[in-house]
Amino acid sequence: MKIIYILSIVPFIGILGFLPLVNRVEPFVLGMPFNIFWMAMWTVLTSVILGIMYKLDPRNQEGDE
Amino acid sequence: MMNSALLIILVFWILAIFLGIMSVKGKDMNLEQWTVGGRGFGSMLVFLLMAGEIYTTFSFLGGSGWAYGKGAPALYVLIYISLSYVLSYWLLPVIWKYAKENNLMSQSDFFVSKYKSPYLGVLVALVGVIAIIPVIVVQLKGLGIIVSEASYGVISMPIAIWMGAISLTIYVMISGIRGSAWTAVIKDIMMVVVIGFLGIYLPLHYYGGLQPMFEAIHTAKPGFLKLPEQGLSVSWFISTVILLVLGFYMWPQVFSSVYTAKSGKVFRRNAIISPLYTLMLLFVFFVGFAAILKVPGLEGGDVDLALLRISIETFNPWFIGLIGGAGLLTALVPGSMLLMSGATLLAKNVYKPFVPSATEHSIGQLAKYLVPVIALISVYFTLNGGDTLATLILMGYSLMTQLFPALLFSFMRNNFVNKYGATAGIICGIATVAYITISESTIGTLFPSLPQAAKDLNVGIIALLINFLVTIIVSLIVRKFTTSYKLAAK
Repeated sequence: MKIIYILSIVPFIGILGFLPLVNRVEPFVLGMPFNIFWMAMWTVLTSVILGIMYKLDPRNQEGDE
Repeated sequence: MMNSALLIILVFWILAIFLGIMSVKGKDMNLEQWTVGGRGFGSMLVFLLMAGEIYTTFSFLGGSGWAYGKGAPALYVLIYISLSYVLSYWLLPVIWKYAKENNLMSQSDFFVSKYKSPYLGVLVALVGVIAIIPVIVVQLKGLGIIVSEASYGVISMPIAIWMGAISLTIYVMISGIRGSAWTAVIKDIMMVVVIGFLGIYLPLHYYGGLQPMFEAIHTAKPGFLKLPEQGLSVSWFISTVILLVLGFYMWPQVFSSVYTAKSGKVFRRNAIISPLYTLMLLFVFFVGFAAILKVPGLEGGDVDLALLRISIETFNPWFIGLIGGAGLLTALVPGSMLLMSGATLLAKNVYKPFVPSATEHSIGQLAKYLVPVIALISVYFTLNGGDTLATLILMGYSLMTQLFPALLFSFMRNNFVNKYGATAGIICGIATVAYITISESTIGTLFPSLPQAAKDLNVGIIALLINFLVTIIVSLIVRKFTTSYKLAAK
């Protein structure tokens, strides 16, 4: 249980915590300014993290509650 | 040439109404069916219903408008929605479970049941209805913009707004939430196709690709693609995102769609895919960015026209019709959800507590008849609202966030917050929001000596802090008072 609590904070730190450092236009990545790329990347990572949480969460092993 | 665009929009409109009528065929439409779909929706419908409330005309027109008018700060829309899904993983299954066990129909029911106070329910319901109306206004206004632009001016804004409101009302009265869910299916397919295409095609067509487009903007408007040092700065971004995440699930129509699910697992599963789906908004922003150098000169409220204007310059009328049809549905789905939640709240949580003898059936009837009333009020504000619209919407969001403390405490195992604390907290929070909105205060104007980063913090934080403090203090005082009273009585 504990690890999935920590996992749910990770996207907040990744996006909001790092924002002062990544608020820049260059370098362009995948055609996007760096800050926009960073946020797009973290949106994808948020999905990945939620997927891991779902797998680790014992409540999802049971049938429909 | 104008007719082909209008004709296609008309086809979508008829299709939506047809789906609405078909979706309730053979169902006995009591209040539970009408407002929470009999609690039988699976992952797919709940997903589309909730996505339907997120991809509204505001994200469609407003998202591209912000990218066009303000640049990088527009990204806040993408981020607060994505991060809200992390919260949804924990929050929504708990709300759903409690609602199912206690047979709840509206958001207000939740507070009534948790705090054992119908009058707290009246307060929550009224806050919800007041916050909902500006959002309906935005849908109607968006509908008006889409239909009048896509008809190349043949249908004027006011006529489009009236048409929209009338069809929305009939639609909701007949089909309830089932119609919204089924319309959401075609709406989302249309949205993904249209937005995906526009977001890829326009940068390619006009600039030869994404990077050349951003480089051109960066050269023409240096600083536009970064969060600025002041105003919509990094600290504004972070505080706004946090406030919106907290307020995201406080909306009454969101509670309604949570109740439609047939299991709590649905939400945890949907949370995984939802941020990826939110990435669609990136394409909405690309359209807005592409318009900056191609249809320059839109200012103020007109930035919302960016998406339609660049499309009209680029494509044939039939394709404008497709965009208009998609836009029509993006207004219809959330618009119907909002109308329905508002009507249910007024009938069940404002009228019923004062007329306890009212039966379930008569409440259901009343809810349906309240739909046109709310629609008329919304039309009034749409036609006469003017510039105050943006202010009202922001106030709506700030108002809804005020329910967060009471909701949060209600999940604690030994909740020390009682109905007095919750009520006082909500009232003080709302009063603060009203004062801040009307006086147009910012943290900068309230505390001029603070450093710039603190001045840019979203002012809604102050209302939330006051709310938390009052909720805790009043609860503790009342508890102390009642315990000593009980002791004295012994």
